[in-house]
Amino acid sequence: MPQILVESLVKTFHLAERVPGTWGALAGLARRRHRTVTALNGISFTLREGELLGYIGPNGAGKSTTVKILSGILVPDSGRVEVLGKVPWTHRIETVAQIGVVFGQRTQLWWDLPVIESFDLLADIYRVPAALYRRNRDELVGLLDLAPLLDTPVRQLSLGQRMRCDLAATLLHSPKILYLDEPTIGLDAVGKLAVRDFIRRLNRERGVTVILTTHDMDDIEVLCERVIVIHEGGLFLDGTLKQLRGRVSSERRLIVDLARENGPINDPDAELVSRQGRRATLRFDPARVSPAGLIARIVANHEVADLFVENPPIEEIVARIYGSACAPLSRSARQ
Amino acid sequence: MCALTRGAVLRARKKLSMCAHPMSSIRHGSACAPLLYFRYIGISIRSQMQYRASFLMMSLGMFLITATEILSIWALFSRFGSLRGWRLEEVALFYGIVSTAFAIAESVSRGFDLFDRMIRTGGFDRLLLRPRSTAFQVAAGDWQLMRVGRLAVGLIALTWAGLKLDVRWFPGGLALAALAILCAACLFYGLFVLQATLTFWTVEGIEIANCVTYGGNETGQYPLSIYRPWFRKFFVFVVPLACVTYFPVLAILGREDAALGTPRWFHAAAPLIGIAFLLVSLRVWQFGVRHYRSTGS
Amino acid sequence: MRPYLAVLSARFRMLLQYRAAALAGCATQLFWGLIRVMIFEGFYLSSAAPQPMSFPQVVTYIWLGQGMLLLTMFGPDAEVRAMIQAGTIAYELVRPVRLYWLWYCRAIAARFAPLLLRAVPILIVAGVFFGMRAPASRGCAALWILSTAAAVLLTSSVATLMTISLFWTISGEGMNRIAPAIIWTFSGLLIPLPLLPNWVQPAIRVLPFRGMGDTPFRVYMGHIPPEQALLAVAHQLAWTAALVLLGQWILNRGLRRLVVQGG
Repeated sequence: MPQILVESLVKTFHLAERVPGTWGALAGLARRRHRTVTALNGISFTLREGELLGYIGPNGAGKSTTVKILSGILVPDSGRVEVLGKVPWTHRIETVAQIGVVFGQRTQLWWDLPVIESFDLLADIYRVPAALYRRNRDELVGLLDLAPLLDTPVRQLSLGQRMRCDLAATLLHSPKILYLDEPTIGLDAVGKLAVRDFIRRLNRERGVTVILTTHDMDDIEVLCERVIVIHEGGLFLDGTLKQLRGRVSSERRLIVDLARENGPINDPDAELVSRQGRRATLRFDPARVSPAGLIARIVANHEVADLFVENPPIEEIVARIYGSACAPLSRSARQ
Repeated sequence: MCALTRGAVLRARKKLSMCAHPMSSIRHGSACAPLLYFRYIGISIRSQMQYRASFLMMSLGMFLITATEILSIWALFSRFGSLRGWRLEEVALFYGIVSTAFAIAESVSRGFDLFDRMIRTGGFDRLLLRPRSTAFQVAAGDWQLMRVGRLAVGLIALTWAGLKLDVRWFPGGLALAALAILCAACLFYGLFVLQATLTFWTVEGIEIANCVTYGGNETGQYPLSIYRPWFRKFFVFVVPLACVTYFPVLAILGREDAALGTPRWFHAAAPLIGIAFLLVSLRVWQFGVRHYRSTGS
Repeated sequence: MRPYLAVLSARFRMLLQYRAAALAGCATQLFWGLIRVMIFEGFYLSSAAPQPMSFPQVVTYIWLGQGMLLLTMFGPDAEVRAMIQAGTIAYELVRPVRLYWLWYCRAIAARFAPLLLRAVPILIVAGVFFGMRAPASRGCAALWILSTAAAVLLTSSVATLMTISLFWTISGEGMNRIAPAIIWTFSGLLIPLPLLPNWVQPAIRVLPFRGMGDTPFRVYMGHIPPEQALLAVAHQLAWTAALVLLGQWILNRGLRRLVVQGG
């Protein structure tokens, strides 16, 4: 029994158009033009309890629209959605009481209030029993190291501190499902590690289902086994990271550190991607070219200090998807 | 990494045990709607009181502006003597009821008054993500204290009219005046709700609602009978301002309705229409929320 | 000159964008004017005693007041207030133009732009449907335009003073809260000034505020006869000059204070 069920979800928006310039503004007094944008064009997927899903796609692909529909804020044009057995937009209050949503750029805390007062207020809004609230609060304060921040008004917190407080706030009512929209945006390295670690523990130890929307591919690589790629309102891929890589390309990278600064490097079977001082990055297809053979040839023909093989960064994979002209493959992409 | 977290947990536990947060344990258990509402209000009032000098000045400014309003009425009466058969004391009664009610509505419905700002910044989505009614959250979101300036002038006018007029105040007159103020406040509240509901369709041009909110306040300061017939009909049937001010005052003064010919029993019962108006506008709000959720922001 | 013209045209385009707002604003003001007219109609019907102004004159006065309302708004510049609150006022202070004149021109632009969008439609509708009369004579009309221009200059100088006062948080806020009551009363926007009690008239004559509304309105109607109109305009301009000088002096003191405190 899937916890989240999405079937053939369709959503279009109608936007009014503004013509620039003074003449356009005067014309706008008389008549307004409208433009139709299809945000979602029939996507379908299901999520079981305890899954950690990476939900990626270029800006405007339909990610936040999906999250809004799943949380009951938005009503779709057509399609079927069930979250915890209920339709989210007809049972908004019941659905919302069991999920948590974090938007990376907007806080849900009260700007002028100390953090602890925001927590208390949220506990009352969500009708959290006192004992459960105290337990959750203390645990979250400990896990996210919030004790020194509790008395500070939210407007005085740094971005990283605010994000940690937001994460805690969203979990005070023990939600079963968590939607995280860009949780690591603007955070420094330590902050990102802390947030990722926290999310992983939440998912592994508490079984909280997480849908993570992010542009930071390190987040995806570290946290998600399953990935859905949305492109122009359609499902491009629903599978594992490995399948994602395989779908776009089967290439591998060979990073070579040469002995000398400007030593030449070339090979008939490999393509030079970039060159920085001693380090050269080569691209090759392991299906056509044996990695061992290629390495042997490179070492034989050049003065090599060090080398290693790796997969292309997810960023590049995804960028290629975003820029690709291929039509979204809904059913055949799912393995 | 594990060592770091373990250390953090130990430190946090120590801190928490040292200062068990008093606020957190006391202020708890107010999950039911009325208590939660007052919890919100307390927060709003406290944050306004933080800027005490500013609050005092705003209240004083509001008081002066409203005072000049009523002083101008007095000036006109001293020049013209009467207004279509109405005396200054009677007009002061109208003024007092409308101003008091409007001041109450202004301060209590501030959340709806500022709602267009919330829609523009996308803050409404956050309200939809909480397991409470949206109207409740908007209503509880803000209370503005400075309207006490207008409230003071309204009460002064009421008191003066009460002393000067030869009316039997106990108990019927006072009860009727209180009912009129309450119901007129409900009417104005409903108008602010409707104004906020407009923002679901457009954020521009909602100031047209000022015609009936601030315009209604200005209109209600004088007896309805002095206005042109079509204007009177508007404020009886479209925006039932007359039902919450004109008719109850007629009942208090024991006057006949020469202008519209309504029966006496209606005069005392009419204010309840104000409450009905508020309930209807809350339904319209729900309709607006539904529209917002279908079309996105 | 160029930067000031740019400010004006930008403001104009911005106002055009909000067509619904413009329409709503006009409708609201027409409504407001109607309420006032009906109230005064009631008063005039209740007394046969001669009054300093006739009812038709009061009607014209009210509609001119509604039409010119945005011209006579004297609140501080909202952008500057936002900048002070956000702390970005420093950007304003390093501009290569004299600050007082920048603010003054912005104030004039803010009052000039709504003229076409609000005043013209309101006055036309009021003239056709609601009893506003034409100027008493061609001479009155010309003097009215002159007086209105002077009123814009005067109101802008008051508004700039309000903007400058924002530098002093507490007293500035105080002045911005308390001034409206006084200015509205003494400029004729509340009741036509001739209808105020006789004992207040001397104060009205001296203060600058009548130049913000009352003077151009009564010049239009010929209530201030053309012979005295030029004197009235001189009163407006004299006060304008005084307030401009005052504003510059206060601004310089305020800027020096800022520099000393380190911004």
